[in-house]
Amino acid sequence: MAGSTTADIIGGRGAPPAPRDFGGGDGDSGGRGASRRASITGLLVLLAASVMFFAAFTSAFFVRRGMSNDWVDTPLPHILWVNTGVLVASSLALELARRALRAGRRAAFNRFWTGATILGALFLCGQYLAWRQLNDAGIYLATNPSSSFFFLLTCVHAVHLVGGISALGYIDVQALLLRLGPSKRTAVDVSAYFWHFLDAIWIYLMVLFFFWG
Amino acid sequence: MSSPVVHAHGAPQGFIRRYIFSLDHKVIGIQYYFLALFSVFLGMSLSVLMRFHMVYPDAKVSLFEKLWPTGAAGGIMTPELYLSLMTMHGTIMVFFVLTTAPQSGFGNYFLPIQIGAEDMAFPVLNMLSFWTTLLALVVMVSAFFVQGGAPLSGWTAYPPLSAVGPLSGPGEGMGQTLWVISIAIFCGASLMGAINFIATTIDLRARGMSMMRLPLTVWSWFVTAILGLLGFAVLLAAGVLLLLDRMAGTSFFLPAGLVVNDQILNHKGGSPLLWQHLFWFFGHPEVYIAILPGMGLASQLLATFSRKPIFGYRAMVYAILGIGFLGFFVWGHHMFMSGMNPYSAMAFSILTMSIGVPSAIKTFNWIGTLWGGRIRFTTAMLFALGFVSLFVSGGISGIFLGQPALDLYFHDTYFVVGHFHMIMGVAAIFGMFGGTFYWFPKMFGRMMNETLGKIHFYLTFLGVYAIFTPMHFLGIAGNPRRYADFTNFEFMNNLMPVHKFMTHAAIFTAVVQLIFVFNLFWSMRKGAKAPVNPWDSTTLEWTVSSPPPFDNFAGKHPVVNHGAYEYSVPGAAKDYIMQSDPA
Ligand code: HEM
Ligand SMILES: [Cu+2]
Repeated sequence: MAGSTTADIIGGRGAPPAPRDFGGGDGDSGGRGASRRASITGLLVLLAASVMFFAAFTSAFFVRRGMSNDWVDTPLPHILWVNTGVLVASSLALELARRALRAGRRAAFNRFWTGATILGALFLCGQYLAWRQLNDAGIYLATNPSSSFFFLLTCVHAVHLVGGISALGYIDVQALLLRLGPSKRTAVDVSAYFWHFLDAIWIYLMVLFFFWG
Repeated sequence: MSSPVVHAHGAPQGFIRRYIFSLDHKVIGIQYYFLALFSVFLGMSLSVLMRFHMVYPDAKVSLFEKLWPTGAAGGIMTPELYLSLMTMHGTIMVFFVLTTAPQSGFGNYFLPIQIGAEDMAFPVLNMLSFWTTLLALVVMVSAFFVQGGAPLSGWTAYPPLSAVGPLSGPGEGMGQTLWVISIAIFCGASLMGAINFIATTIDLRARGMSMMRLPLTVWSWFVTAILGLLGFAVLLAAGVLLLLDRMAGTSFFLPAGLVVNDQILNHKGGSPLLWQHLFWFFGHPEVYIAILPGMGLASQLLATFSRKPIFGYRAMVYAILGIGFLGFFVWGHHMFMSGMNPYSAMAFSILTMSIGVPSAIKTFNWIGTLWGGRIRFTTAMLFALGFVSLFVSGGISGIFLGQPALDLYFHDTYFVVGHFHMIMGVAAIFGMFGGTFYWFPKMFGRMMNETLGKIHFYLTFLGVYAIFTPMHFLGIAGNPRRYADFTNFEFMNNLMPVHKFMTHAAIFTAVVQLIFVFNLFWSMRKGAKAPVNPWDSTTLEWTVSSPPPFDNFAGKHPVVNHGAYEYSVPGAAKDYIMQSDPA
């Protein structure tokens, strides 16, 4: 570092090259680049924490399942398959919305984004119905370890989802009020990625319930 | 995700936006610092009461009765009250002091400045994480005031005790519930903090601030944030399961046929060991969360005050990373006694020993840094030296505990209490003292009093060794931990004088801390005005005024041309080259 610089100067090759920037460098408040990068890093870090959270539950799931003979597989309410479809559809709608936004088709963006938000809310309603169906069949949180994990994991996922829907809803309102300036593009992307992540977690949970119940 | 304003917020004017609900990382850092200062005194007072009870179990103290009319009816502490003090002492110290001050306090204040940023990446999230931490503290302390009082199950909250409710003891009702809720809130706060620390370190570094030019303090805050991120997520999951067992009748941790206080419980099939695995998967990284920032700080101070580059900068970085990584694979060493397959125990033991390697690298590099240096014995430097001393003393007992064959004997004795107080308790606190003396001029614009500082250092150093060294001998002699008193054990009679000595040392050490408090508050108002760079240090915080302007660099954008520890460079005009000096 210092050595090569000295050589540069002695060798008369002019001023040393400007040191590399690492995001904070030019730091003027218009530096959208930096804040966009930081937002995406922040999201990835958040997702890492979420993965650990679900991984901890999963390990508890398998330990508890292997440990005793009181595990009775929870019958999966059929509506869960519908819900899964609804959630995947909402992710697709978000992607269509983002594509529309990139192409500058604002009206299409609003349609798709609103659709995705509504589908998300529908998913939550569907989950509620699934819980009701299980309750009607006499299966509650504390009935047996399988049902405990079923209610626990679906609830924890739903709580994440409420966060996601709030983000989608916020952006939707901004878009409908024509307040979705370029600076909110980051928010659009970040909430879409978060939503896809929740989608993936849900599919993971379905696999878990389906095979190990 | 909160709005990713990097530094778009201007200096706020009103008192409330400026000092209470502030978005400024410097104010938030100071808020964390004082939260931890309050907590450390609360925790210390509890420990003095415990030590007193241990050696004078029959003394009638009207103060006890005033504070705890049922727990200390007639002025005599019940064993349950003792256990509740112990639980709250450990919890408050581990979470609200050791996790809070070195990382969230100093880290918040200095990480952005040391990397040349104007604030954290997500200021709103930062503010939220402080207020959530405060909420967690309020919930925790409120456990003292509810029906039955504070919980009894220790900072590790092992079920069944922690899961079966008021049946198992007075504090196990509402008190334990509040404990779990508080810890869950704390987890949320720590996750928010970790997101900020990681994103800021990765994305907001100044021009020229490559990773290998970062001060070691920044490296340690960064790795600590990663540990916190992964660890607290797991603790949060465990807490949710525990709460369900307590309140919703599930059986994650509670086995069948459990009889508590002559009542058979309605749970079946769960396993207390499951909690231990989840807890210690968090718990062992947690001990490194407590100590890593102190290690970073010790490196910074030893280099600065020896006027030498840190010995083996890269090795130090890899050691921090190695400790962080290995720390996730050793949790089983807390469970050798819980009934574990001997082969797993051996694996955990070997992994545990392997952490000794990066730890030793750090220690030898610290010594290498001192070697041949022109040492300036400031108070901050003394505390850094004290840190190294305590880290070695505490680490060596860890090597003993990491052997399953020895741990079967030492587990749940005072040997363990000695080990973790040396290394985690006191070493980390010495790091905080060192950080306070080093950074106080920058934070408050005034110098602390060095004479008082040195008196405080020497008395504290003596005091803590006097309290915690004898614990190792007591442990070897078979003295169990988490007992309220020892009057009913014949073999303990000969050990009581040692306990008396430790209690007196504890009271002495506690009183000595008043010197520090006086120095802190007196210096804030009356200390000599601090220059920009009182210690001739090299890192970026010493290029700006004391205290720094609202946006840290007064609208300028620092450019970094040097590594963090260029002291005594041959041929240089001064004996230090600042990171932002021209190349
Ligand atoms: C080479 C380094 C270390 C080794 C080999 C080691 C080993 C151990 C072992 C085997 C135990 C379990 C003892 C038992 O419960 O029977 C233990 C307990 C403990 N260690 Fe360490 N340790 C090391 C470093 C540290 C560090 C750096 C810290 C904190 C900064 C720490 C904090 C603790 C704490 C808090 C406990 C007790 C937890 C409890 O039961 O309440 N240790 N250590
Ligand atoms: Cu450990």
